[in-house]
Amino acid sequence: MPKSKKTTLNAIEKPAAFGPDLDVGAFKRETSPWPPCTISKLPEDIAQRALSVGISAEEKERAGTYFQIDHSAILQAIQESFSEKAEIMTTGEALEKYSWAEEYWWKIVDADTDKFTALAKLKWDQGYFIRVLEGQKITVPLQACLFISKDNFNQNVHNLIIAEPNSEAQIITGCTVHPNVQSGLHVGISEFYGKKNAKLTFTMIHNWAQNFNVRPRTAALLDDDATFVSNYMCMKPVKSLQMYPVAYCRGTNSRVRFNTILHGNQNSYLDVGSKVVLQSKGSRGEIIARAIASDNAQINARGLLIGEHEDSKAHLECRGLLLSDNASIHAIPELVGKVKGTELSHEAAVGKIAEDQIQYLMARGFSETEAESLIIRGFMDVSIFGLPDVLKEDIRRMIDATFGGAL
Amino acid sequence: MLRIENLTVEIAGKRVLERVNLEVPKGETHVLLGPNGSGKTSLITSILGFPNCHILSGKIWFNSTDITAMPTDERVKLGMGAAFQNPPQIRGVKLGDVLRHLTKGKVDEVKLAGTTNIPVDFFDRDLNLGFSGGELKRTEILQLLAQRPDFALFDEPDSGVDVENLEIIGKAINEFLKKRSGLLITHLGHILRYLKIDRAHVMFYGTIACSGKPTNIINRIMKRGYKWCEQCPKVKRLR
Repeated sequence: MPKSKKTTLNAIEKPAAFGPDLDVGAFKRETSPWPPCTISKLPEDIAQRALSVGISAEEKERAGTYFQIDHSAILQAIQESFSEKAEIMTTGEALEKYSWAEEYWWKIVDADTDKFTALAKLKWDQGYFIRVLEGQKITVPLQACLFISKDNFNQNVHNLIIAEPNSEAQIITGCTVHPNVQSGLHVGISEFYGKKNAKLTFTMIHNWAQNFNVRPRTAALLDDDATFVSNYMCMKPVKSLQMYPVAYCRGTNSRVRFNTILHGNQNSYLDVGSKVVLQSKGSRGEIIARAIASDNAQINARGLLIGEHEDSKAHLECRGLLLSDNASIHAIPELVGKVKGTELSHEAAVGKIAEDQIQYLMARGFSETEAESLIIRGFMDVSIFGLPDVLKEDIRRMIDATFGGAL
Repeated sequence: MLRIENLTVEIAGKRVLERVNLEVPKGETHVLLGPNGSGKTSLITSILGFPNCHILSGKIWFNSTDITAMPTDERVKLGMGAAFQNPPQIRGVKLGDVLRHLTKGKVDEVKLAGTTNIPVDFFDRDLNLGFSGGELKRTEILQLLAQRPDFALFDEPDSGVDVENLEIIGKAINEFLKKRSGLLITHLGHILRYLKIDRAHVMFYGTIACSGKPTNIINRIMKRGYKWCEQCPKVKRLR
């Protein structure tokens, strides 16, 4: 769907379907480039923040790393032993190197969707290209970090991830800002392609700032027997975050699972959902969302399942936990069946911590605070992500850091 | 060990306990019998100090400490614990994590699980979620064994448990209570054949209608049901 620059220019005025509108011109674009650097040589404050979103400085813990600060890609490295298995580079380099890359560029995310997609097209600041080569199974996670170092700054990345046939990989992406950054705008376009029988688990962790705005725009296209697991976690305050990633199960027996763990706190406004479009025989989808709202946070937890094939099935589960009378959670699950035979279902629940659960744990000797923290941490159950132990432990630590650990 | 004096309790505006008097001396195990709805579970939650149990009058003493107004977790710290009849499901909280918290490394959880016939893979399961009736009872008892309280409350440990498991948990409870004190609620009494009981109490209309030697009371109730008790002048007077 090639679009002319003119329609994209028109889209730059178009507010997004959801989330508060923003003046995209209100943020700074000018910056000086960052020189190439390894994570271990990065300034301590940057490395620490990167670690808070799962980015490891230990080389042996990750098969490869992409690190971008503001508009500069400072690191694109793949471990020697994995160099024949996957590629990591900036999307700019990939488009230059491979003529075929154009066929994946702006193909499942439409640049004319809204002002944020238009902005990412008109003012594009790199992003990562990760390609897992055919038949390669990468046992150690690949990682990517998108970092903003300046206050009131705008970063627009466009990522392209291709899992070639019969490949398998784990990718962890952490997006964060320097501790001095309070406000800004991050727009991230991500296009995922899962080829025949590929298996890709993508885990994205966000840690922004109180006055920061975030607008990811993500789509995935899955071929026959492909599996895509997308995990998303945001635990820290943000001014506004709006995203509604979509996966198209185009191939026979393709599978997708979206898992989301959200903690809205302070004055955060989170409008986060996932869409699954079941387009072929045997396609399956699952959306699991856990949302906790405290302080004055407002969370819209969306979900949309569209059944377009008679042999397709999907389920949506959304649970919300309210920890404050000033917070709110609006669960919006939607099911659209377009053919007979498709099976779509959902369950949604929003409430406070059940008194009987606290009492029960107190009868086991936990204090009231310990019991609450145990229930909250249990609610944010990282095992829904289905991650390998190393990543699971990293993420559990992040949750413990937010909610404290009773055990 | 435990002494309850003239305890009257209201739950959700309804009088559930009426001037209950009960004493379980150190080293003894008592059984509390009674028909459904007679107030047995309310007595347990009142002993534990659940906030929905509003104490209108009376006192609860534990090891000569007045615990009537004490929060649940503090009572537990003094050495009491309970296996519940209908424990709540808690998503994401793993049985294994709770067990490890209770044993504090002093007891081998895996070995303990064996004594209640709970497979180790249950440790990774969410607390009480998707457990069968029998599994619920066994994991409740397992947690209590891990907790090792001096005084143990068991609320209907035998309901919904199959014959093989009844023997297993009966023996586990009996072994556990050898050096401890306890109060055990049972409606059907199946588990009593495995336990050494020092005294039996029968509850009717929210109060203890009679107390006595366990063999007499238990055998009659087992044979003739609570209908027999209803003929008793003591119970008739309570109506």
